[in-house]
Amino acid sequence: MNSIQQISVFVENETGKLAELTRLIGDAGIDLCALSLADTRDFGILRIIVNKPEETCTLLSDNGWTFKITPVIGVKVPDVPGGVAGILAALSDANVNVEYMYAFVNRTPGEADTIFRVDDEETALAALQNAGIEILKPEEAYGI
Amino acid sequence: MAKYWNADIECMSREDMKKLQSERLVKQVKHVYENVPYYRNLMDEKGVTPDDIQSVDDLHKLPFLSKADLRDAYPYGLLAKPLSDCVRIQSTSGTTGRRVVAFYTQHDIDLWEDCCARAITAAGGTNEDVCQVCYGYGLFTGGPGLNGGSHKVGCLTLPMSSGNTERQIQFMRDLGSTILCCTPSYAAYIGETLHDMGFTPDDIKLKAGIFGAEPWTEEMRRSIEKSLGIKAYDIYGLTETSGPGVSFECEEQTGMHINEDHFIPEIIDPDTGEVLPDGTVGELVFTSITKEAFPLLRYRTRDLCVLSRKKCSCGRTLIKMTKPMGRSDDMMIIRGVNVFPSQIETVLIEQGYSPNYLIEVDRVNNSDTLDISVEMSAEQFSDKMKDIQDKEKQLAGAIKTMLGISPKVHLVSPKSITRSEGKAVRVIDKRKLHD
Repeated sequence: MNSIQQISVFVENETGKLAELTRLIGDAGIDLCALSLADTRDFGILRIIVNKPEETCTLLSDNGWTFKITPVIGVKVPDVPGGVAGILAALSDANVNVEYMYAFVNRTPGEADTIFRVDDEETALAALQNAGIEILKPEEAYGI
Repeated sequence: MAKYWNADIECMSREDMKKLQSERLVKQVKHVYENVPYYRNLMDEKGVTPDDIQSVDDLHKLPFLSKADLRDAYPYGLLAKPLSDCVRIQSTSGTTGRRVVAFYTQHDIDLWEDCCARAITAAGGTNEDVCQVCYGYGLFTGGPGLNGGSHKVGCLTLPMSSGNTERQIQFMRDLGSTILCCTPSYAAYIGETLHDMGFTPDDIKLKAGIFGAEPWTEEMRRSIEKSLGIKAYDIYGLTETSGPGVSFECEEQTGMHINEDHFIPEIIDPDTGEVLPDGTVGELVFTSITKEAFPLLRYRTRDLCVLSRKKCSCGRTLIKMTKPMGRSDDMMIIRGVNVFPSQIETVLIEQGYSPNYLIEVDRVNNSDTLDISVEMSAEQFSDKMKDIQDKEKQLAGAIKTMLGISPKVHLVSPKSITRSEGKAVRVIDKRKLHD
């Protein structure tokens, strides 16, 4: 199956950089479906999922931003206590390491979607499917 | 194709060269003693008269001139000809204090341009070539010097000056430039822009570059040669002696031949002033033996290098100097350790980073800090924080191995460090701002 294409953008730790980047994307009519910012003292990495990944890459590249496309797994998490714990248990049982994760709102009530970046995507997908956990299709993540 | 611009001089026997230098030196010392009261006083203080100078072997008896003397004597104190005989001035950027103004008679300009013509010829230039000069024109000697040399050789000369890089590339493509003259940092930027515009070295006709006016490393040479598809030649000079063309590289690329029929080089111990033998690192000193208007005798350049008389495969017998290892005023003392920016640059390029970097030195709580910002390429960027931090640590470790002190390395976005169109600003020493 196709994995979700997350775009990770290098953002220098400078006032206005993040505003500049999101303005660029917004002005191009691109919708941010999910985002997460990781930061250190010197720089940040903005991880985004958009409705038009290819167009976004061209836009970033033309405007001199440094970025990388990273395949990630999206999971539909039941909005109940222990929802995330069950997913992480399935991954850890399969010996899959989670590098980072972030949740984002979904249009369906009673469900929160979560993005996982793992060290072994194939094993992770198999483990999640075996555990009966519903995986997000790219189109679903892009909000199309 | 002529291999030498002036074979008689460039391949002269050591014995004949020494004779020529001696004749010119004796005459020059008399000229200076009679016409430059400032230097006459220095000679009188040292108890040296023109009669004491009978050959180059007596050179060591003469007093030194330093940049401080040039400042003291500003503007006319070292002038050896009436202003009515002078036709031009050139000047330094004045970054280390009061600017230096050098004067030229028409004869001085002819000889200077002749030196540049030797450099262009050594880089393979003939009247069939198209020579694009992107050194700054104006008070800076780079543009006027290479421009004049290019005319002498008979190249079609493009007096572009620096800046407007996309237009530089457009001219380069439209007019088929074969030789590029500029600072190495600008050459690197032109190469980068060429690739950004979607071109490769196959889209241009450049074959050679003559780069100077700032320190650069062998690693940077290789990187420029690759990005522009050329052979890169070093050229050396300073406003105080004329400008570019004091020495130049031949195809062997193992140091620069000094035009010693005009400039006698010496290497001295910078602390004691004692003359050191060939093959020893020390401060380079020049004596101009043909200049009329601004003839500096035993001028201390503050550039550290080595002289060598080893036989060169190009056939020239002119003595060679190594690329300056740093100007004694480029040297930073950080936590008591001598650091040259070129050492840091060498590590960066070895480790696969771009030569675009900025060194910031500061003093926090009475301790020196060394911060180095380096651009990473899109390929070096990782989605994982840890990968980038590991890269920073690894690079900091490699620099520590070279310098003996630990820097803090910051990887930054491509093209986020300001590009230079002339001499690159690579070091910001904030400690000086506090004092």
